This record gives sequence, structure tokens and C-alpha cells, in this order.
Amino acid sequence: MPSRLLALMLISFAVPAMAGESVSREMEIGMARSLRAVGENRLDVALNEVDSLLRINPNFKLAQLVRGDLLLARSRPISNFGDAPNAPRDRIQDLREEAEARLQRVEQQQPVAVPKYLWQLSPAQRYAVVVDTGKSTLYLYENVNGEPRYVSDFYISVGKKGADKVSEGDQKTPVGVYFVNGHLTRDKLTDFYGPGAYPLSYPNEWDKREGRDGHGIWLHGTPSDTYSRPPRASNGCVVLANNDLNEIGSHLQIGITPVIIASKSDWSNEADRADRASLLKEIEQWRSDWASLNTDAYLSHYARDFSTGSVALPAFAQQKRLVNSGKTWIKVRLSNVSIFPYPSQPDLVVVNFEQDYDSNNLSNRMNKRQYWMKRDGHWQIVYEGAA
Amino acid sequence: MIMLKLFSRAAALGMLLAITIPAQADDIQDANKLFKQGLNTQAMDKVNAFLATKPKDAQARFLKGLILADQGNTAEAITVFSSLTQDYPELPEPYNNLAVLYAGQGQYEKAKEQLEMAIRTNPTYATAHENLGDIYAKMASQAYDRALQLEKSGPNSSANANTKTKLALIRELFSKNPRTGAKPAAAVVAEAAPASAPVAVSSVAVTTPVSAPVSAPAAAAPVMTPVQAKPTVTVAAVNADPSAELLSSTKEWAAAWSAKNSKKYLTFYAKDFKTPDGISRSAWEAQRKQRIAVPKSIHVEVRDAKVKVVDDKHASVSFKQTYRASHLNVISNKTLDWVKADGQWLIAEERSGK
Repeated sequence: MPSRLLALMLISFAVPAMAGESVSREMEIGMARSLRAVGENRLDVALNEVDSLLRINPNFKLAQLVRGDLLLARSRPISNFGDAPNAPRDRIQDLREEAEARLQRVEQQQPVAVPKYLWQLSPAQRYAVVVDTGKSTLYLYENVNGEPRYVSDFYISVGKKGADKVSEGDQKTPVGVYFVNGHLTRDKLTDFYGPGAYPLSYPNEWDKREGRDGHGIWLHGTPSDTYSRPPRASNGCVVLANNDLNEIGSHLQIGITPVIIASKSDWSNEADRADRASLLKEIEQWRSDWASLNTDAYLSHYARDFSTGSVALPAFAQQKRLVNSGKTWIKVRLSNVSIFPYPSQPDLVVVNFEQDYDSNNLSNRMNKRQYWMKRDGHWQIVYEGAA
Repeated sequence: MIMLKLFSRAAALGMLLAITIPAQADDIQDANKLFKQGLNTQAMDKVNAFLATKPKDAQARFLKGLILADQGNTAEAITVFSSLTQDYPELPEPYNNLAVLYAGQGQYEKAKEQLEMAIRTNPTYATAHENLGDIYAKMASQAYDRALQLEKSGPNSSANANTKTKLALIRELFSKNPRTGAKPAAAVVAEAAPASAPVAVSSVAVTTPVSAPVSAPAAAAPVMTPVQAKPTVTVAAVNADPSAELLSSTKEWAAAWSAKNSKKYLTFYAKDFKTPDGISRSAWEAQRKQRIAVPKSIHVEVRDAKVKVVDDKHASVSFKQTYRASHLNVISNKTLDWVKADGQWLIAEERSGK
């Protein structure tokens, strides 16, 4: 009997903890409830909702705007969302977009499927981040035995001009496969960035190859007087509410955690799994061709337009032939392999691994990054370099 | 914009009057006269002397609260009105005045609570409804400023647009023309009660424009006039039909208002015009002038006007009034009761509502 009692107690403790939503989730659900109540003309309910949100965080500007409307409606007819006298129309429009984005987020089911852009996580990558700029959402996944498992998602703001950054100053958020490059703490930043910032690896090797430029794309927080910013507000950064930044910040590993930014996130399907299997096979073939000192076979894995960023295929091939001619044996071992399809480029995949190279006259260990592209059903390497 | 009415007539205190002996009642009247003349110290002395013998007297305490408020002693005025709400929780006026004082301190939540109490004790209390509307508008502009991060002093601040106006304190005590019970106010409240037109935002896409009803008459809205019983209808032969003349007078009245020409606007009102809540003519004129002066622009439109001739000296014009000021649109049904004096049609009473 006592053991059964104990089990019951454990359950009763466990349930609230599991059901506990994050504060920002609660805020968002409350905001949606208020907006729905407005739609159903239950204005007192709507006002109560925003009032309780504002008790939690008075800097939730969207809630303040709705509160303004609901109060003003008690005093005189109002004709528009955000009917403040002299209100700058662009700011009202911003908050209207935030309302739409948050409603859409609440109405959407939490993802249970595996995201398309996380084919394989390395054991070192404890978490992965996928950003959907179109849904104003950042998804956090945990690595459970190499498979991503959904943890949470957060409302975010992206560039004023949307996604797919091309050039410096275009106020767009880049789309691609990036990694967290560093961590700037509050004391190194102005209040504008909130409690911290995590610079991303934009422009990456593919961006440079495509001629994309710009710099300083960060994940960061909001000013202390602002709970959240409109969906399109930054100069290209991904902006989170401060408590959300702190929450994901505790999971980010500098130089390791992938941040995949897509304009539209997608879920993994049968074809993806087949592609992944064929790519893994091809990578293994590349490794064994290299290790077998069959240089022609080894080089056949490199595309005609292959480049290291500075060296094109002919020079690269020449260099490899020269090196291999001095070898009597090579051993290549790959570990910590991670694979991420590239969101804006079909059939392009970013592969990272730790390479353990051993030979008769040289041994080294390095982190390597390759971009593989599938052309006519065949995977080929279009970029290779140290990561 | 905020123009709360400090309720000072205490009509509902009438029943308390009944139990005060006439001599003492005169003392209060004297104190009130002194107060009206601006002789606050003397008025206060009289009130205090009276309270020495009758410390519980509601009227005397009410007047004391008014004098304190007038002297700028808000904290003590609040104490006086608070204790009145505790001792006489059924009276709406002390709540109302507490609300005005709290609003003056920028404590709008507290002001709102007091007005809600006032309305709970007397649901037909038009002044409280009106003041509550103003408080909501003020709270709304605070919320907007926080939402849009408008600088308090900046040109876009909606709060700033409101700081120009002040609390309008009505000093008229014990009106000669006391409001008679709940009936007149009921008509006002019928309009003031929250209506149920849809507001805002469609449930999903936040695309529909917000359109809410007038739930309480707002500050700059046309004066709410308690609806009085209609003048006795004497069926008399009407020689000439004055409809055309009345319609054009009504149009001119609206035009003077729209032109913000308060001087001309006031000439449309008869000498014995029935002021709302029975306030004095001078207080009413001052209020109208202020309300006409404050908005940058006013546009009053008269539509669907119907003339009802009672006799050759009395008629009323009912119409749909569209009032559009800088930050305010109010559409209401209005009736002007006209009276002919010295060959001229003048407004004897102004009524809003159905």
C-alpha cells in the first residue's frame, strides 16, 4: 500500500510540471483568448484577459493596444484596430501583424513530426534550432539518440523586409544552415539587445559562393521596456522575448548548435528518408575511396564546379593526387556526423563531421564541413573545408 | 480629454434634508452660499460649526469635502468623501466625487472603481456614467501610449492631447432645479448602457475594423440632457406651419456649433433653457464654451429631421445627430424642444436618446 501511495504522489507532482506552459506561451494563449473574445463581442472577457497579461508583463505592447481599444470602446465608438488618436499607422500595422502571427501560432498544432531540415544530429549537438520566418516561430529540438525531439517553440521577430538576405543593409533575415558562433553577454551590449546575443555564422560558405554579404546576424533579446517586437522589425536578426532568449540560451552550444533558418518550415517525409540513406551511403563511399588510395574514384565524388572557396576543382584535384602519391596507406574515420538539408536550395545538404586522418607520414584530426548536392540522382561534393 | 463632473448638488440627499431642522438647514445653505462666493474659509467655519453639533450630517460633510477639494486639499477631501461612502454606501455622489479626485491624481483605476460603485448604488446615475466614459478614454490613451511608445511630450502622444483639459468642477450646490428622482436619468442611461455592436478584430485574422458602440457619453460629446416629461400638449389651431423655420433654425444651430462659434451657438438657447442636471446657466454656458473650444474641429450634421408642432409657441425637432470632433465621433438621436419668445424660436430643452 505505501508504495502505491508513493506512486500516486509522484504522479501528482509530475503532472503539473509536465503540463506547465512557459510564461510566454501563457501570455500568447491569453492574448489569443482576448482577441477571440473581442471577435465574439465579449468585451469584458477580452479586457480581463489583457489586464491579467499586463499584470505579468506591462511591456506587452500588443496587449496595451488592445486594452486601449477596449477601454476606448466604452467611451466612444471606435472604428479601427488600434484606434489611438494620432497613432502612427505603421506602428499600428506592426501590432496588427503581431496579433495575426500570434493567433496563427496559437491555432497551430504543436509539431510532433520530425522537421525536414534536421536529417541527422551529431551526438555533440544536444539541441537544434529551426526558425520559420513565415510563421514568426523558432522551434527548439532536443537531440535524443540522433533524432530531433520537439521541446518548445517561441514567437520571434525577423528582418523588416522579411527573409532571404542577399546584401548588407537589405534588412532581411538570411535563409540557410548556420551555427551559433558566440555569446555576447549583457555587459557587452546596449539595452537594445536585452539579456544577450548569439551571433550566427552568416554569411556561410554557400552564401559567399552565391555572393551574399552582410554581417552581424544574431539571435538576441528585446529592450527592457519591450516584451516583444512586431513580426518584421529587425535589420535581419532573429529577436526573441527576453525570457525566451534566456531559455534557449541555456541550451545553445557555441560553435556546435545548428540554427536552420527557413522561410517555410517543413516536415520530413518518405523521400527525405530515402535521400538521407542514399547520401549516407555516398559519404561512406567517398571515405572508403579516399582510404583505399583510389584517387580517381575519390575525386569522382567532387563536382565540376567544386570549390573550397579559394581553390577550384583542377587545382584541388592536382593537390590531392600529389599528396596521395606520397602515401602508402591512409585511414579515415568519421565521427559526430550531422546532416542538414539547405532550406533555400533543393538537393543541397550541409554535412559536418570530425575527421580522424591517419597515414604513413601524417596524422590529423579536424572538423570538416562539406556541401553535397544531388544532381541527376547522384550526390556530389560542391564545397569542402575546415569547420 | 477629461472633464469629470464633480457632483455637488446632492439631490439624493433630499431625504436627509428632511430630518435636519430648518435652522440647521439654513446654516448649510449659508455655508453653501459662502462657498459659491469663493469664501472658503468662512464656509468651512460654518460647516465645521454645524458638524460640531451634527457630526454625522451627510450634507455638511459633503460640502466640507467640496470646500477641501476647492482649497486643493485633495487628501483630506478624499478622506471626507471616503468616510461618507462608508457611512452612506447607498449614496452615489460621494463615490463620484472620490472618483473625480482620484482621477485628478492620475489614479484612474481607483477612480473607475469608485464610479462603478456609484453606478452600482444608482444604475441610472448619468453623471457617473459620463465620468466613467471619460475615465475609460483616459485609461485608453495611457494604454495606447504604452503600446506605441509615444513620448509623453511628443506631438503624437494621445495622453498629451488630453493634458490640455482639466477636471471640470461644478460648484453649483443644491440646485434650485433638483433632478426629480430616477426617471429622467433613466432615459439617459438607456443610451449610456453598454450597447452590443461588434467590436474589433475578427476571431482569426484581425482584419475587420474595430467598431464599437458608444457605451457611455464621452467627454466632448453633446450634452446629455435628462429627458423631462413633455410639455402639456394643448391642441391649438396652428395658423402657419413653422416647420421650415424650425428646420432652418436647427441647421443654423448645428452650423454655429460646427463653426465653433460658441457665442452664436448660445444665442439659440432660451433664457430658461433646461440645463442638464439642473446646473446653473452660467456653469452650463462655461461648460459648453469649453467643450466647443477644446476640439480642433467640430462637425455636426443633422439628418432625418422631423418637426413636431405642439402649438404656435412650442415645437420639437427630432433628428439623427452626427457629431464629429478631432478625436471623437458620436451618432445620437437628438430632440430639440423649441419655444417661441418675442417672435423668435429658441431651444428650451435638449434631449438625447431614443
